[in-house]
Amino acid sequence: MAQPAVTTSTVRTVRDWSSQRGWTSLSLLTLILVIAPVLALFVTALSPDFDLWRQQIASRLPAQLFGTVAVMFGVGSLALLIGSSLAWLVTAYRFPGSTLFSWLLAVPLAMPGYILGFVTLAVFGFTGPVQQTWRSWFGQDAWFPEVRSTFGVIVVLGLVLYPYVFLLTRAALKDQAGAAYHAARSLGVRPIEAARRVVFPMLRPALAASLAIVMMETLTDFATVEAFGVDTVSVGVYKLLVARGDREAANQLSLAVFAFAMFVIFAERMLRGRASFSKAGSDTEGFTPRQLSGLKACGATGACLAVLTIAFAAPVAQLLAWMRAESQIDRGTPLTERFVEFASNSMLLAASTATVCVIVAVLLTNTARLCPGPLARLAVRAATIGYSLPGSIIAIGVLMVLVAVDRTGLLPQSLLLTGSVASLIYGCSVRYLGPGLTTIESGLSQVGSNLTDSARSLGAGPLAIARRVHLPLSKSSVLTAVVLVSVDTIKELPIVLLLRPFGFDTLSVWVWNLSSESRFTQAALPALVIVLLAALPVILLSRRLVRPAN
Amino acid sequence: MAVSVAALALTASACGASSSSGSGSSDDTTIKIYTGRHYDLEQAFSQFTEDTGIEIEYLTGTDAELREKLETEGDNTEADIFMTVDAANLALAAKEDMFQPLESETLTTAIPEQYRNADNSWFGLSLRARTIVYNGEALTPEEAPSSYAELAEPEWDGRVCLRQSTSTYTQSLIASLIANEGRDRAVEIVQGWTDNAEILDNDIKILESIDQGKCDVGITNHYYLARKIEENPDFGVKLVWAEPEGTGTHINISGAGVTKNADNPEAAQQLLEYLATDGQNLFVDGNHEFPANEEIPVVELVEENFGSDFNRDQLNAQEFGDLNSEALAIMDEVGYR
Repeated sequence: MAQPAVTTSTVRTVRDWSSQRGWTSLSLLTLILVIAPVLALFVTALSPDFDLWRQQIASRLPAQLFGTVAVMFGVGSLALLIGSSLAWLVTAYRFPGSTLFSWLLAVPLAMPGYILGFVTLAVFGFTGPVQQTWRSWFGQDAWFPEVRSTFGVIVVLGLVLYPYVFLLTRAALKDQAGAAYHAARSLGVRPIEAARRVVFPMLRPALAASLAIVMMETLTDFATVEAFGVDTVSVGVYKLLVARGDREAANQLSLAVFAFAMFVIFAERMLRGRASFSKAGSDTEGFTPRQLSGLKACGATGACLAVLTIAFAAPVAQLLAWMRAESQIDRGTPLTERFVEFASNSMLLAASTATVCVIVAVLLTNTARLCPGPLARLAVRAATIGYSLPGSIIAIGVLMVLVAVDRTGLLPQSLLLTGSVASLIYGCSVRYLGPGLTTIESGLSQVGSNLTDSARSLGAGPLAIARRVHLPLSKSSVLTAVVLVSVDTIKELPIVLLLRPFGFDTLSVWVWNLSSESRFTQAALPALVIVLLAALPVILLSRRLVRPAN
Repeated sequence: MAVSVAALALTASACGASSSSGSGSSDDTTIKIYTGRHYDLEQAFSQFTEDTGIEIEYLTGTDAELREKLETEGDNTEADIFMTVDAANLALAAKEDMFQPLESETLTTAIPEQYRNADNSWFGLSLRARTIVYNGEALTPEEAPSSYAELAEPEWDGRVCLRQSTSTYTQSLIASLIANEGRDRAVEIVQGWTDNAEILDNDIKILESIDQGKCDVGITNHYYLARKIEENPDFGVKLVWAEPEGTGTHINISGAGVTKNADNPEAAQQLLEYLATDGQNLFVDGNHEFPANEEIPVVELVEENFGSDFNRDQLNAQEFGDLNSEALAIMDEVGYR
């Protein structure tokens, strides 16, 4: 649809103004919907029970705070280290398998932390085969590192979260840094220096954004962390909610989680730096990779293989082995037939949540672009709030909002929101808008604001700018957002548990149903299907990002 | 891709609309259940549907989260029945007035008084004994401790595996110690446990750790050991019925009540009556629990390996349910993980 030519400046101003106002109102309304559940929670957190808190401060809280800091920094550092070095390796060098690895290395993103966690504990824990063999060699009391520990959970989460760093860094390297790097090299700067002085500053937004996602995922995780016997504030929230049944206290402690999240967001701003890099032209030339040979090539291939094996291939093999063992036992009630239904529910939920999140993210980022200012920036930040709180807390906030809406009686009795698939999608969107929004925003930040201004001065309205300028230039970040949100949603558990309607079970619900009763081998099948389903969009995205731009 | 995603989203919103419109109208051929119990429900439920023509839908979750959901939804809730795996959550729900008292002679006859609350608003349906287990190679039956308090003694330092504080089973056991031994003594015991024990996150792991010699003794629900024995008859862990002389082995219940705002209370009551009588075996046997109804025979595997004639703690479930928050406070105090 071609934009009709604008004849007079008056018409242009009026049209621009009115469509912009509609656009802004829509953004505001969306923002309210996103923030309402969190506000509802904060309101119920207003009257603390001081006795309880004195007790918590004297007993649990110090360890929870310490655990949170330790796990966040541990996982952040590990993910940054693995993700960025692998991204550099596959972009700047050529070695056996490098093309394959350049997309395959993102696949561990499909492995939920809690699944790698329980496989790791089962295989490497005291009762697992590894330690059994160890004891048979070196005696019953032979020393073995404690797997169920802070160290253990850092390794597990680092391995499933590094792909965020890998994907975003690799995309930034490929899109932007190549030309600058080669220019620096041609001016005689040594590779390391060129990387440090030219490439690193250009990567800072990608590194900061992906590190922020890694830290948020770590901060709000409780299932994996708790399985490793580590206390964090999110585990504390869960304990207050589930063990104590004290919703108010749980909400209050979730303020501490929120404070950590604020720190992450602040740190991201700092790390991102003040620099903003506008792409000069539409296409920049990428890296020309250097060929590695001999020992170096072996080392590079070996490193990629090792990470993939530990983070993905080995746990999948273990799940397959459990599944085979399980298929030989007759349990009376076969669940297998119903897994097709659970799988399609999982996919439906993931696809819908991703769609909603991307639409909202595009809407909000474009509004922020068109009416720049501190208020618009704050609004975009505020919309990511759901990502900075544990899922079960969000679920209860959403439930409170839905029930309030239902009670107004504005909707007919037969259309209650509570317990509908729509409310479930709403809950998941509130929770996962964060990564979608951050990705699309960071993609858009690479589109020079000069382009937005030019389009505007040529009379394009908000929708046209979004559709014809911003979207085409940030296509890969939109795709990235779709994948990140849908993968997170397939793995999501607490929100699904609390908000799904009757008869709407997903794979993650069944992994949980079975593993909560310690039926781990039976949980292998749904776990495996989650991993494979989540792997598809990750591979799709990863491969697409590798292909040359046209 | 974008198109198919959008199509899916449309389907989703359509589903949302249709499923909620179905639920809003009170449909008296369907009972809806929020259940903290997940496994082995199917058989008893489908038998009930076959017998009566009444359909059953259920939604799984944790006891506590489902209770939160029920509370938040208030009179909008779709749930007719709230079913849990532990007494404390039933007690809490009753305290928050989420159930309606039932007048049913079938239920009061079938379920002994200690396994239901005073106003008959909830009923225990299956019993799980939380008792002491030990490594049969490391200890003789005489050496094995037979009281919960013994595990707090210094001689067991480093030899005990227990379950973490988030587990309702741990909480209910400690609540029963408070009721039976007094708060001060309970604090001493939990302190001793904390000093002695490796805290693990589920009963299966406790049993496997004992089997492989990480610990000599532990405390688990009896049916987890039954499940291990079913999988491997030579499994090396043995069971002691705790407190044979004194108060008896701690008995927890899995039970249910009809919600205060149930759309379909008559059918819901009918289902509970069925589960307490003819449905007992289908409901409890798969998980190797004890029937709450004393007329019903105990599943063979449990009868053969453990026996069912032992001294059971007579404490009313509502009583230790009410002490749940006190149990949590003690664990916080002494730092029991």
